[in-house]
Amino acid sequence: MHSKTIAELSADLRARRVSSLELTRHFLDRVSRLDPGLNAFVSVTPEQAIAAAGAADRRLAAGDAGPLTGIPIAHKDLFCTRGVKTSCGSRMLDNFIAPYDATVVERLSQAGVVMLGKTNMDEFAMGSSNETSWYGPVCNPWDRARVPGGSSGGSAAAVAARLAPAATGTDTGGSIRQPAALCGLTGLKPTYGRVSRYGMIAFASSLDQSGPIATSAEDAALLLTAMAGFDPRDSTSLEHPVPDYRAQLDETAVAGLTIGLPREYFGDGLDPGVARAVEEAIAVYRRLGANVVEISLPNSALAVPTYYVVAPAECSSNLSRFDGVRFGYRCDEPRNLLDLYERSRGEGFGAEVKRRIMIGTYVLSAGYYDAYYLKAQRLRRLISEDFRRAFAEVDVILGPTAPTTAFPLGAKQDDPLTMYLCDIYTIAVNLAGLPALSLPCGLAGGLPVGLQLIGDYFDDGRLLGLAHAYQRETDWHRRIPPGYE
Amino acid sequence: MEWEAVIGLETHVQLLTKSKIFSGASTAYGAEPNTQACAVDLGLPGVLPVLNREAVRLAVKLGLAIGATIQPRSVFARKNYFYPDLPKGYQISQYELPIVSDGRLEILPEGAAAKTVTIVRAHLEEDAGKSLHEDFHGMSGIDLNRAGTPLLEIVTAPDLRSAAEAVAYLKKLHTLVRYLEVSDGNMQEGSFRCDANVSVRPRGHEKLGTRTELKNLNSFRFVERAIEFEIERQIEVLEGGGTIAQETRLYDPDRHETRSMRSKEEAYDYRYFPDPDLLPVVLDEAFIEAVRGTLPELPDARRERFARDYGLSAYEAEVLTASRELADYYEEAVRASGNAKLSAHFVMGDILGALNKEGREISAAPVGPALLGGLIRRIDDNTISGKLAKQVFESMWAGEGDADAVIAKKGLRQITDSGAIEQAVDQVLAANPQQVEQFRAGKDKVLGFLVGQIMKATQGKANPAQVNELLLKKLKG
Amino acid sequence: MSLSEDDVKRIARLARLEIGAGDAPRYAHDLSAILAFVEQMGAVDTAAVTPMAHPLDAVQRLREDAVTEGDARAAFQAVAPRVERGLYLVPRVIE
Ligand SMILES: [Mg+2]
Ligand SMILES: [Zn+2]
Repeated sequence: MHSKTIAELSADLRARRVSSLELTRHFLDRVSRLDPGLNAFVSVTPEQAIAAAGAADRRLAAGDAGPLTGIPIAHKDLFCTRGVKTSCGSRMLDNFIAPYDATVVERLSQAGVVMLGKTNMDEFAMGSSNETSWYGPVCNPWDRARVPGGSSGGSAAAVAARLAPAATGTDTGGSIRQPAALCGLTGLKPTYGRVSRYGMIAFASSLDQSGPIATSAEDAALLLTAMAGFDPRDSTSLEHPVPDYRAQLDETAVAGLTIGLPREYFGDGLDPGVARAVEEAIAVYRRLGANVVEISLPNSALAVPTYYVVAPAECSSNLSRFDGVRFGYRCDEPRNLLDLYERSRGEGFGAEVKRRIMIGTYVLSAGYYDAYYLKAQRLRRLISEDFRRAFAEVDVILGPTAPTTAFPLGAKQDDPLTMYLCDIYTIAVNLAGLPALSLPCGLAGGLPVGLQLIGDYFDDGRLLGLAHAYQRETDWHRRIPPGYE
Repeated sequence: MEWEAVIGLETHVQLLTKSKIFSGASTAYGAEPNTQACAVDLGLPGVLPVLNREAVRLAVKLGLAIGATIQPRSVFARKNYFYPDLPKGYQISQYELPIVSDGRLEILPEGAAAKTVTIVRAHLEEDAGKSLHEDFHGMSGIDLNRAGTPLLEIVTAPDLRSAAEAVAYLKKLHTLVRYLEVSDGNMQEGSFRCDANVSVRPRGHEKLGTRTELKNLNSFRFVERAIEFEIERQIEVLEGGGTIAQETRLYDPDRHETRSMRSKEEAYDYRYFPDPDLLPVVLDEAFIEAVRGTLPELPDARRERFARDYGLSAYEAEVLTASRELADYYEEAVRASGNAKLSAHFVMGDILGALNKEGREISAAPVGPALLGGLIRRIDDNTISGKLAKQVFESMWAGEGDADAVIAKKGLRQITDSGAIEQAVDQVLAANPQQVEQFRAGKDKVLGFLVGQIMKATQGKANPAQVNELLLKKLKG
Repeated sequence: MSLSEDDVKRIARLARLEIGAGDAPRYAHDLSAILAFVEQMGAVDTAAVTPMAHPLDAVQRLREDAVTEGDARAAFQAVAPRVERGLYLVPRVIE
């Protein structure tokens, strides 16, 4: 059962070959047996899951079911879930029971999905290895001595190990795509504004976007169709019609499409095994009739430095609300107001979060704003203009998602800068607000390699279609980590 | 040395909306603590602000009324600092690009020349909550009902030169925001709050002195007294060879002094930057013109019209347009009475006097404009004399009915029957032969005495003009 | 830009973060390295470039002025560290 895609499970549910209750129990059972070795979940919610599965079965019986009705999934623990702990991977929110649902959670519930639990993540989504979580690191099912990527590492590990057919993730600088790549999954970061940010605990508001992590492009399309859409509670949400992304999958013709390969994404620092797998994927697209041309994104090298000004600046302010007054962690016996703030925040946040808050505080402070923050905002425009020029010539941009496959736990933990470079190919997309997708395109040394497709604004559907076309030709997305079959 | 004060004012005006600036929680005053603070106002994780159209409309309305530039594009920023009444750790406010800039307000300070005050900017922002300090085991209690209430902060250039000018400006602004129905202007409830930046310099000098910022000025009287105190204090410090520290000072009305707010002395670095949760506010011509179409007649224009059309003095017109409600009352009274001059006389005298004595608003006057008009008509048609009118007015104020009812009930109708008046005149002349002799000998003064006697004989009801006429005829006859 | 331990303490104060005395050198080192890294931004002349605060060219939507949120104090205060008589309690705020 767990090796099937959502599309297949959905057909089984409708044909009454399986009930949602059976499916839910099956996955809950896998979670309880296999998660102790992965640490992918922060919370498992069996009672709610069983109740939701029962409701889904009634909808299925009444003929009132959509394609997601009765499908179990997991939510990244960054989405607020009413009545369920929403920790954001932080001690700060270890005691926080959200009083409301995020829009994404609400929409998926309305579509009939069954929440199995909440997945582990880098603290406040700050990390690329899932090692900054208050709940400890997550292991990669392909090699438990390695990281799953981050920050949506718990979601990726859970789906890779088939503890859930799919999961939600969020992507501020690569946090859906990089763990999807490292775990052999299909993950989409939609166009900024496509999916509501309401109820998503903010890291960097102008970069954050949530999306699906699944085993196939078809499943990602099913999930995005339910997740996307205008939300009056989010000012940055766009009033742009949501197509049926799955129905569009087969309409995307690869033949005649122009694919651009950014020269800057294939240079030094790219692991040869990753490069080889990406080259083979390019060959598949050529065979399907795509024109492949080399392009340049000249400001690529500045994306990571720019990001590490913009994202910390926004996070330093977004995380000010965690002050020990209205919710969340509060230090014992504060001596005075200043002590309440400093100790609640000092004890509630981990080291990486504190580093980023301090960098952000610094780059916004008097005397440094122009040199850092404003400078980064100007570079952000140059970076996004690189893409605008590229999309005048090509339909889609293709390259590796991450420079390497999954690295060993602990390898980069003590060196923030090395860790930041994990996102060298993913970060520019967030600065520009573009949609991008990672899909598995091979193994290198037994570990999955991710292929990244970057689209123009609102080309989310085209990316899913291109990934689907590739997945009809190959079976990398069908590979399950040994031991989890 | 002669000193000159330089004053600039920042006024926070609460906009008259039903819901908060970025959330759907109510702005109603006086609710139980934290019952009107929703997830957005509390800054709970994951929630987001969405801008209230009405707050924008009201800001534009005020901007148009002060002849300001309405910015086609304005931007919300975050002002970052930690304080328990500031739930998100930042205040959403407009910083570099405010919605309104470069307006002006003309003031007429008492006993001084008219002056135009430049309004540098007016920007939208959210209010903070409230800290309560009564004893909670030595802790403070935080009520966030007020958090997220829409404010328009209106900032003047340092154009004011005295406490009196500052108060004249504030009163003018207060009148204006209420005229426009942009704010209820209720100072007790904090809907109209002012901070003053005060410095002094030797008269004739161009360079500004170091300024202090005065907070907690929640009545016109406090504004005046705090500024006066602060000017004196600064002059004293400078004349004593000291220097003024740039600081925030709190006005203490009980002790009538300003004092340094030590807790705020820590240098704040607000780290303003554009709020990434909100997008630029872009207003097109159509929006602005639609708001312009809702502007009422403004106080200055109304004052001029009153003077011109009703033949009022500049002073009368100023008093009668001090609030929209008072001006409306007056105009209705004019319509009901058909006598602008007498209406002005009654409104400024009897009505305002009685309201003042009882501490009531014009809207609560027991004698409404239609009733007052009825009274004035009875003076005009000689039913009662002006003197009796006072008595009638008092009865009306006490709720004894309209003018006609009071006149009838008390028998105050003026005697205009010349036969009856003649009889009274004859009686008085017969009873006072000595005075008649005196008059005839050229002593005009006794006339007043005789009139008085006749009025007394008629219990004041005789028409005075008729009495005069008849009396003279008889005496000279 | 290289940050001293005092710089770190000043920034931490502004951000209301307690940094253990023993941790200041480590933060000074890490933050200095990150700042040195981001200073690569200086390689490009951006004088003529308009800053970009937001990925999309969208404008703010305006919400109708309607009260849509009722009293949910009990639910919100259920997750509060310390409340009394409906108020959030904090160590005394001195004015
Ligand atoms: Mg101010
Ligand atoms: Zn203000």
